[in-house]
Amino acid sequence: MERSEVAIRVVAPAAFTLVLFLVWELVCAVFTVPLTILPAPSDVFGALWQYRAPIIDNSWVTLWTTLAGFMIATVFGLGLGIAIGWHRAIYAGVYPVLVGFNSIPKVAVVPVLILWFGLGEVPAILTAFLISFFPIAVNVATGLATTEPELEDVLRALGASKLDIMRKVGIPRSLPYFFGSLKVAITLAFVGAVVSETVGANKGLGKLMLDAQASFQVPIVFAGLLVLAVLGIVLYAVTAIIEARFTGWAFRGGANR
Amino acid sequence: MSGSHLSLVKLQGISMAYGRGAAAVRAIEEVSLEIARGEFIAVVGPSGCGKSSLMKLISGLHPPLAGSLTVEDRPVVGPLKSVGMAFQNSNLLPWRSALENVLLPLEIVAPFRRGFNRNKNAYSKKAEELLESVGLAGFTRKYPWELSGGMQQRASICRALIHEPEILMLDEPFGALDAFTREELWCTLRDLQAARKVTVMLVTHDLREAVFLADTVYVMSNRPGRILKRCGVNLPRPRDLEVTYTQPFQDIVHELRGLIGGKH
Repeated sequence: MERSEVAIRVVAPAAFTLVLFLVWELVCAVFTVPLTILPAPSDVFGALWQYRAPIIDNSWVTLWTTLAGFMIATVFGLGLGIAIGWHRAIYAGVYPVLVGFNSIPKVAVVPVLILWFGLGEVPAILTAFLISFFPIAVNVATGLATTEPELEDVLRALGASKLDIMRKVGIPRSLPYFFGSLKVAITLAFVGAVVSETVGANKGLGKLMLDAQASFQVPIVFAGLLVLAVLGIVLYAVTAIIEARFTGWAFRGGANR
Repeated sequence: MSGSHLSLVKLQGISMAYGRGAAAVRAIEEVSLEIARGEFIAVVGPSGCGKSSLMKLISGLHPPLAGSLTVEDRPVVGPLKSVGMAFQNSNLLPWRSALENVLLPLEIVAPFRRGFNRNKNAYSKKAEELLESVGLAGFTRKYPWELSGGMQQRASICRALIHEPEILMLDEPFGALDAFTREELWCTLRDLQAARKVTVMLVTHDLREAVFLADTVYVMSNRPGRILKRCGVNLPRPRDLEVTYTQPFQDIVHELRGLIGGKH
């Protein structure tokens, strides 16, 4: 990286985050905001350090339930997207149900999942899955649907079957859409897992924050929020790197392959 | 040239429509023509006159409504594998290099696909030679966006030729190029056709292009397309770009222009 590149990609976000924390600290100090309303960053980091053991323990649970749900969503979403993109009849049949299902707030589904599977990791995994497969499926289907008709003609004139066209053109061309959707899906999966934990669970960051809130330990709640934000950034970054790695051709000219 | 014993493609009283019943739109009406083996024909006409439909029809991608269509004396019922196609948009796959794009038909067409992995080196060599013959030596490993529009179009034509089709179908292949690049590609196409003796059907709205390249030019009417005139181009081959400035050439272009009409 060149120096100006370093300045933009490393220094700028670090400086902005630092300023954000400083302003927050300053606001809390100047207006003497009570700890139970808005703890200052120093209090939050203090709580983070003091309760690091339970926070790490619970973060781990949230992280793996998120990833488990996300994996299932990836496989299922990819399969569903290909099925929807395969034939207009499947699209017409499935799409309305899918949209309907997607409009249900997932927080309303969690009690049902708890009823079925009991308290534990399973409802969190399933919520993460249910909330995140939709963008994957829709994006893959869109990628398949945008295959140029002329290109399809070229291939059909060569005697290509539908499967050939999918393998050689449809699926590779939908990969940028697929990987793009993973960035959205991983964040959603994370939201799903935490929402499920706050509704009912015996472990996880959501549960930890709920307990802390019940006992007015607001700095711990904020410490939890901070960890969530950091984990969210990390997960997003990982999927973004995977995306760039596999679909460099879609970002023409830029990356070296 | 068009003695019936030589004809590769034969259309008799062909009509074609998109959609069915009352909503059907007639694209082609009562078209009869013959293409001899090795002949270069061009189809010209106003936009939306069914030129591209004619191409879809002959390649077997769309069935006719009425009439008979035979290729090598056999009726066409489905997609013909002996066809190579290229369009105005080069439609190269952006995740494949020029060479890999050219190899694509060999991964699909029946006699080649079975031994594709076994013969990959031989096929790659063949594709490289083809790319070199159109002036793309040194660009075979480049990706489509690293090529200029003219280069992309050259690669696209190579892709249409790699499986050695009987008929090469080109739908306004040079429509999106600038005038100079276009003339360069005319010469490339002229040389390719002369070397490989492939039968070519060129759909275009550029009359100079049609007259320069083709043995026979068909003029189509407004939709639904009918053939207004069959015009043999008797300019001697090989033709040089200079020919486009000669009087006989201009006369043919002028005559064709008069048939197409439109406001002047």
